[in-house]
Amino acid sequence: MESRIEVFTKREFPDVLGNEAKAEIENIGITLVDEIRIVQIYLVDSDLSKEEIRFICEELLTDTLTQKYTVNGNVSEKKRSVQEKQEGNAFYTVDVIRKRGVMDPVESTVMRGVKDLGLQVDSVKTARRFLITGALTVEQIETVADKILSNRTIEDVFINKDSSVHGDGKSLVGAVFKKNTLEITGVDDAELLSISERGQLSLTIDEMKAVQRYFAELGRDPTDVELETIAQTWSEHCLHKTLKGIIDYDGEVIDDLLAHTIMKVTSELKKPWCVSVFKDNAGIIEFDEEYNICFKVETHNHPSAIEPYGGANTGLGGVIRDTLGTGLGAKPILNTDVFCFGPLDVPNEEVPDGVLHPRRTFKGVVSGVRDYGNRMGIPTANGAIFFDKRYLYNPLVFCGNVGLIPKDKCEKGSHCGDLILLVGGRTGRDGIHGATFSSVGLTQQSEVVSGGAVQIGNPIMEKKITDALLEARDRGLYNNITDCGAGGLSSAIGEMGEELGVVVDLEKVPLKYEGLNYSEIWISEAQERMVLSVPPGNIGKIKDVFEREDVEAVIIGEFTGDKKLRLRYQGEMVADLEMLFLHKGFPRIKRKATGRSSNNEEPQIGDKTDYGEDLKKILSSWNVCSKEWVIRQYDHEVQGGSVLKPLQGINNDGPGDACVIRPVLHSNKGIAVSNGMNPKYGDIDAYHMAASAIDEALRQIISVGGNLERVALLDNFSWGNSDTPEYLGDLVEAAKGCYDTALYYEAPFISGKDSLHNEFKLGDRTVSIPHSLLISALCVMPDVTKAVSMDVKEPGNFVYIVGLTKAELGGSHYYQNYGFIGNSVPRVDTKIGKPVMDSLANAIDRGLVRSCHDCSEGGLAVAAAEMSFSGGYGLELQLSGVPVEADVVKDDVILFSESNSRFIVEVQMDNKKEFEGLLRDIPCGCIGRVMENELFTVRARNGALLISEKIYDLKEVWQATLRF
Amino acid sequence: MIRDETGNELRPKVVIIRTAGTNCDYETRYALEKVGATVDLVHINQLVKEKDLLDLYQMVVLPGGFTYGDDVAAGKVLANQLRYHLLNDLLRFVDEGKLIMGICNGFQVLVKMGLLPRVNGFADSEGIGGQAFTLTYNDSNKFEDRWVYVKAFSNKSVFIEKDTILYIPVAHAEGKFIGKSEEEFELLSQSGQIVFTYVDKEGNESGYPWNPNGSIGNVAGVCDPTGRILGIMPHPERYIEPTQHPRWTREGLKGEGDGIVIFRNAVDYMREKLWKEKRVVKK
Repeated sequence: MESRIEVFTKREFPDVLGNEAKAEIENIGITLVDEIRIVQIYLVDSDLSKEEIRFICEELLTDTLTQKYTVNGNVSEKKRSVQEKQEGNAFYTVDVIRKRGVMDPVESTVMRGVKDLGLQVDSVKTARRFLITGALTVEQIETVADKILSNRTIEDVFINKDSSVHGDGKSLVGAVFKKNTLEITGVDDAELLSISERGQLSLTIDEMKAVQRYFAELGRDPTDVELETIAQTWSEHCLHKTLKGIIDYDGEVIDDLLAHTIMKVTSELKKPWCVSVFKDNAGIIEFDEEYNICFKVETHNHPSAIEPYGGANTGLGGVIRDTLGTGLGAKPILNTDVFCFGPLDVPNEEVPDGVLHPRRTFKGVVSGVRDYGNRMGIPTANGAIFFDKRYLYNPLVFCGNVGLIPKDKCEKGSHCGDLILLVGGRTGRDGIHGATFSSVGLTQQSEVVSGGAVQIGNPIMEKKITDALLEARDRGLYNNITDCGAGGLSSAIGEMGEELGVVVDLEKVPLKYEGLNYSEIWISEAQERMVLSVPPGNIGKIKDVFEREDVEAVIIGEFTGDKKLRLRYQGEMVADLEMLFLHKGFPRIKRKATGRSSNNEEPQIGDKTDYGEDLKKILSSWNVCSKEWVIRQYDHEVQGGSVLKPLQGINNDGPGDACVIRPVLHSNKGIAVSNGMNPKYGDIDAYHMAASAIDEALRQIISVGGNLERVALLDNFSWGNSDTPEYLGDLVEAAKGCYDTALYYEAPFISGKDSLHNEFKLGDRTVSIPHSLLISALCVMPDVTKAVSMDVKEPGNFVYIVGLTKAELGGSHYYQNYGFIGNSVPRVDTKIGKPVMDSLANAIDRGLVRSCHDCSEGGLAVAAAEMSFSGGYGLELQLSGVPVEADVVKDDVILFSESNSRFIVEVQMDNKKEFEGLLRDIPCGCIGRVMENELFTVRARNGALLISEKIYDLKEVWQATLRF
Repeated sequence: MIRDETGNELRPKVVIIRTAGTNCDYETRYALEKVGATVDLVHINQLVKEKDLLDLYQMVVLPGGFTYGDDVAAGKVLANQLRYHLLNDLLRFVDEGKLIMGICNGFQVLVKMGLLPRVNGFADSEGIGGQAFTLTYNDSNKFEDRWVYVKAFSNKSVFIEKDTILYIPVAHAEGKFIGKSEEEFELLSQSGQIVFTYVDKEGNESGYPWNPNGSIGNVAGVCDPTGRILGIMPHPERYIEPTQHPRWTREGLKGEGDGIVIFRNAVDYMREKLWKEKRVVKK
């Protein structure tokens, strides 16, 4: 019998969630809502008596102080009758319930809570009802339901109707088992392509032909699951076939771009502290006597475009599993996140159907990362957000995770006879075709077609897995491990078994509900699952470890040694592929790439007598403004290791550069983590964009007290469609920029990832994202007590600029103020970049620097202003002290040029001489003093006052933009 | 230093109860060990099975985190687990003079299981089972991580001396402490069980963001009538080492963090009371 339990906030308490929904509705221009109250609905199926159900309500589901409940009553009906008495006040109910198969962690928690009360229920389903009062039309309510209250890709909506569950698991008839083969023998190209499309396989004609040839040799047709497996394994997502393929770049043939650029840096630098690069789930470097550190950053762009909360949620969950699956498993110690959205003030009319408003994407993504990271107990302490109109249709979500791993747990390998143990959540129809979906562009229909690729994460499941896993690891109970990510079991087991071969009994995989066929079981991307390779003798012990943490652990197959991938379902063989064909049988992709040169007009901006407004405009711009609203929602201090937090200064609200943490609490050894990215430069030149991104990431490391001696880099390419020769040409240039610059700075890449189909088909128009290369950097710091923050510290101290300022305003925020891009993109000067960073690192190491901030977007003026208002003291600066290249003549260039390898540094009087001595061979100039006042002033080289602003005015414009 | 017959330092034994979604166990353990405790982490499932395990310890800590995802309400499911399986054992534990501490999610658990604040002994207006107080959504309706000043409001708790001011961080979404009625609040206040209140830099009670969640009476932490159970919303375990302070690069490195005093007082109490007075528990 189903009981409908409604829990709602008492009148005398504010309904905070309802108020927030109301504010969001006002934001899309519907202002007629008087009030929204929210009812939490639990649909409980059980044989319990009324009294027992009420007992559950009182003891578990209701906070009797602030809430009330009804059972099979109806809050809404009562409210409706009251409302109808008040004239002209329409009243609506909107019920939102997750679709079948979409994860709802609350259901299992409630089941568990009921059990603690000594009772039992058969199933629980939750829903949310919005009680909306206000003179809205039905159409407006539908708009509100669609745009604010629900996401129809994962939720069903009922307006003025009670929500209902579309049949629970039990009522489904189990799928009748039938082995399916697809006829590909002898069919023509058109039919081959059609088979690929019908199956959402995303395989090209060349690939389909390779498959056809393989099966012709075997003398049979493939089964559906064999084709699926090949499609998953050969997907761009899993194979990076563009970057590892053959590229004809205007006649220059590049066979495996990655090997010739990114990976080549590492092999040429031969750093002894690189432990494992480009082979495991994450790159590993040495940390201290006992531990190594691993680091990985992933993208989760397409799912986040369709369901921002779930997309970001599972994006972070996925990269944390990369850490858990690195070596024999690392402890996750830090999250990073970088997002790219359309500007949040885009008018609603400019957002086409099938696309979410960036404000909603932004809030959803932030909540998704927040809820997963915070619940996992991992600090999120470094990140960035970029805004550009071209991200409106295709936002980017990069999630990173750093792990700490004992030195003797970095190697792994399965043995013949090991059993395959699947641990974690159950398998459902979640995320079918995620790997292939992410390898094609988005369209206005993506929302509808690809709903299955979107999921919601369950961080507590992942936390339980982590707790159990680390214990099993320390007890040495398994030989190998990997995570289930894109491609599900297919990718995980396929990769793990590449050397030995495996056989899997698919019916043994625990399912969320009946009805999945063997193919769906094999490729489902249900979250929070890991695969372990366990010697038979340890099975009892390891199952016991997982059982104690309430995590399911089931044997589903074994490692055979026959170098084949064999899948059985209820005893019948449904797949039998050679590992060699699966992993090496794909045809190399050949693509054309072509170079381009940018010839944007270099604007002539007239001299002004006051640049205060320019400065304020940049400070308040989307990209530069304070991200405090986001950062505070992340727990950036859990695990206790934070040394430099993302918010710094006298009021804990200034914009820090890299974050610094101490992962081992009894030691002062730490790591600094930063990121660099500037898609605006890519509009001019991809090579210099890449070089600048590396420079920026390294600058931030140096700013906080790191050094170039032990810095590792990660690359994440998010590109428009790389089938376009110009885009691919830019990609080649960016990779070359990475190679040259990383080699110059002696910073090896240790891992990376690419996402190469970030475009959106809007009718017959294709909108591509700007080239987006994220560089993440991680530096091991011997002594974190030498770290330096960016806020100015004491009046009287001297202010320096370190590095050379050039006329490099191309892609700058200053040009953007005037609507220009320009052409003079910042380059990395390989004569001075490294000496600048090394000398400054040395000065900081000797304790000569009180504060340091890198010059990035907005140049000298923005960096100095941020230091000033974060520290709470004024600055008095003169541009005459700035070392410039000979052709720099204008003051606005000195103020706002975004030349690389530059820092603003605060030095005490006592250390002036020593500091200047250390930096005597590099461009460095004293540009002023910290003042005992609240005035930020800058004088031109001729002494005229160019900027004179109160620091709290500057701070206010910087904070106001993203103050929700 | 209190030593045993063989001259070894006495290390009180503390159990941190963990379960699905417990997070702050690593840093809480670090804080306790630093001030001389021996710490075990025990899963609630194991404790429910072997209740005698509690006898091995002089202090129970419920650390921060998101037990069971904070689904339904923060701390609620673990609260019920404790209430339905271990309530009497925990009450006896406190009666024996031992300590219980709940931080953040642990505080939410203690309040929701009815162990805090228990105004006037068991004579809550609703009895032990009922809840006259709760911790609900922050006024800002979001999770916030920020540093706050809290001031010890009374001498009732063994964990802190009156008028001590601590600078430590909060990190929660459901930390607004409210009571069923003003009378109930008045009783709590009069009994000295309001242990910590949020204050501003100068030590005065003030509004947001000094009071980060809108707690009535700026309440940041409460104790039971014995003073031996403490619940606190901010995280003292996150300010033990000087580099954890958000402005150490400005203000210099202190010897140790503000938060450590709470753990030290607890350990000192256990050494003094539980050993000196020969109320040592069985081994």
